Amino acid sequence: MTKRAFACVVVLITAASTPLTAHLSPLTLQDTTRGKAVYVKWCAGCHGDGGAGDGPSAAHMLPRPRNFTGAIYKIRSTASGQLPTDADLMRAIDEGLPGSAMPAWKGRLSDGERRDVAAYIKTFSSFFADTSQHVAALKFSSAPGGGTDPSALKEGRRFYEDSIHCNKCHGDEGRGDGPSAPTLKDDAGFPIYAADLHQNWRFRGGGTVEDIYRRLRTGLDGTPMPSFSDLIEQKFLTDEQLWRLAQYVRSLSPPGAPEVRDVIHAPQIAGTVPVSPDDSVWARVSRYWFPLVGQVIRKARWFAPAVSGVWVQAVYDSKTVALRVSWDDRTQSPDTAWLKFEQRILETVAADDSAPPLQAEPWPDQLAVQFPRHIPDGMERPYFLMGSETDPVYQWRWTSRPRKSVAGLARSIERFDTLPGALAGEASFDHGEWRLVFTRALATPDTANEVQLEPGRAIPMAFFAWDGSSGEHGSRMAVSTWYFLALDRPTPPGVFISPVLAMVVTLGLGLVVVRRAQRRGAARAGV
Amino acid sequence: MRKLGATAATGTVLALALAAWTHQPPRPEQGGGTISGKVKFAGTKPAMPKIDMTEEPKCKAKYQGVPTEETVVVNPNGTLANVFVYVKSGLPASYTAPAPSGDVTLDQDGCRYHPHVLGILVGQKLAIKNSDGILHNIKAKGVKNRPFNISQPTNMVSERTFTAPEVMVPLECNVHGWMHAWLAVLPHPFSGVSGADGSFTLKGLPPGTYTIEAWHEKYGTQTASVTVAGSETKTADFSFAGK
Repeated sequence: MTKRAFACVVVLITAASTPLTAHLSPLTLQDTTRGKAVYVKWCAGCHGDGGAGDGPSAAHMLPRPRNFTGAIYKIRSTASGQLPTDADLMRAIDEGLPGSAMPAWKGRLSDGERRDVAAYIKTFSSFFADTSQHVAALKFSSAPGGGTDPSALKEGRRFYEDSIHCNKCHGDEGRGDGPSAPTLKDDAGFPIYAADLHQNWRFRGGGTVEDIYRRLRTGLDGTPMPSFSDLIEQKFLTDEQLWRLAQYVRSLSPPGAPEVRDVIHAPQIAGTVPVSPDDSVWARVSRYWFPLVGQVIRKARWFAPAVSGVWVQAVYDSKTVALRVSWDDRTQSPDTAWLKFEQRILETVAADDSAPPLQAEPWPDQLAVQFPRHIPDGMERPYFLMGSETDPVYQWRWTSRPRKSVAGLARSIERFDTLPGALAGEASFDHGEWRLVFTRALATPDTANEVQLEPGRAIPMAFFAWDGSSGEHGSRMAVSTWYFLALDRPTPPGVFISPVLAMVVTLGLGLVVVRRAQRRGAARAGV
Repeated sequence: MRKLGATAATGTVLALALAAWTHQPPRPEQGGGTISGKVKFAGTKPAMPKIDMTEEPKCKAKYQGVPTEETVVVNPNGTLANVFVYVKSGLPASYTAPAPSGDVTLDQDGCRYHPHVLGILVGQKLAIKNSDGILHNIKAKGVKNRPFNISQPTNMVSERTFTAPEVMVPLECNVHGWMHAWLAVLPHPFSGVSGADGSFTLKGLPPGTYTIEAWHEKYGTQTASVTVAGSETKTADFSFAGK
């Protein structure tokens, strides 16, 4: 064998034996001194100078910022209990942790800065310096298995409810409302929500089926979510079956993360609008997603909103509009099974209006839809956060207990005055989801206070939601910005007929031209 | 007598072989001293919360009455059970623990852990058994040891080991919030748990002066200093008071 051939063989063998993870982590973590400077500037506010997850902002957050001193990380590619790989740390830094306060730092910090800060974060725990620690990414099949056909998903569902019992925490329909959910705590003793599996865009470690499968294999260390790897080793289930479970979980969320659009288009329907949230009409109407965020402008601020957004649909008939709002909420508040959980939330999420933690109370769930009193001609709208003394807003408000809907004027978060006009609201609660339909006449007598819903206009609209079992009431709520409702005018028949007519005429003329040309050609040939 | 002699001879041979194999001098603790005692309980016995097992009929069926939590278990003779007593310090620096013999088993039965408090050697296998056949997860929340959290949805046994001494590693099930157990990871075998009569025994101690610690999950720790020489037995009693 020539020297060159020998070298080739050596290279090939080396390449073949290099573990896959080496390719996944091209980085060598770098300078901890520079990393510290980045950390102090960008990370310490939440994670604390000593890395204990106790920075000045931490007390308002749920989930709390990571405590680096224990080196316990939720999102890893390694077995339960193992340290994360460098690539795992970089992923969290680069892409952030959706559904938490941790943003993506790629693009905000340079490649070097991000690597340096990852190296510095590792200095907070002696585990990273311990060379006896085994750190290796679990190896998975590269392509997702399981299949997405109905029978595969059905088997996934069977594992979900009968075999592995995911429903104990995540609930029968996956909205995080299982019987054990109100007892859950993380390792630090903070309350933790079982994930709502209908919102994969908020999964901390990503929402693809591969991400879900990886979480099932690794577990989320520091949380109640265990690893299922032992079950494969002990042949309780096969790898393919675990993939099916992952595919089933993936199938609970929409194909893509919901796109936020500014305008809700409401079609006009023949007959009368549905008043029930479970009417079959709603299955044929587009739904729009509006994200909600914590109310952090006025005291008492609320940084841990339980409702992450609302799905909205609207239709109208000649006289009435129907607006359907649905949102995920683990409880039909007030629910005594969740009172202790609520107390833990109030003790965890620091209040800015009272020093001692608040006492849990059986608050109801609430939802509010807000309009200006008049459709504005320009872009001027009332203050989005429940109006002002001089420019109040018109609101529809619904509470779960007592179950009722009222319309009124809000002049601030604190001041709401009910109006006498009728507002119908019908709600149903099903496995962690509220579905609520408001119906109201397009035109009402009180034109001074109640917005007149005119087709063809852009009607400003905003949303507010409260989950009573998470301690939300008053200013502790989730809010949206202004969006628009458009009652679409039915398209006049002419719009559809004109193009058809035009096509027929064009085709006819074309045929005439062709015919004449052919006739002329034939005549010439005959000569 | 002959049989005993033969056993002793075999034991000696084995011990010598082991000693030769590990290149360690023969262990002084063979034979060794004993520390035993009782853990008394004074004051008012707290009422333990009842456990509502309605969600788990299989577990509920294993009890005649309503099961209660096991945070404080006072024995009929007025002693305190589930106190972990161990040598906290005092072993010579040259001491090395014998290789662990056998596994330590933690059973999940009736949606409670058996035993509720247990000790294990560094490197010794913990066999975590699910006798209930319903979903449990077992989570170890060590600080010096890496944590883990594994799912056991059926009758099965999972094995794990621990790398560093730590008193205590809390163990819990998150499906059943009342399920707690406490695992002490030690570099030596000198430990015991007070039982149904409140007594404990630490055997085979090399001569020396030891700090003995008694640990209880609610009442904290107490220590005692005990000197043993030869194969004598010394007594160390502890007393915890209800508040």
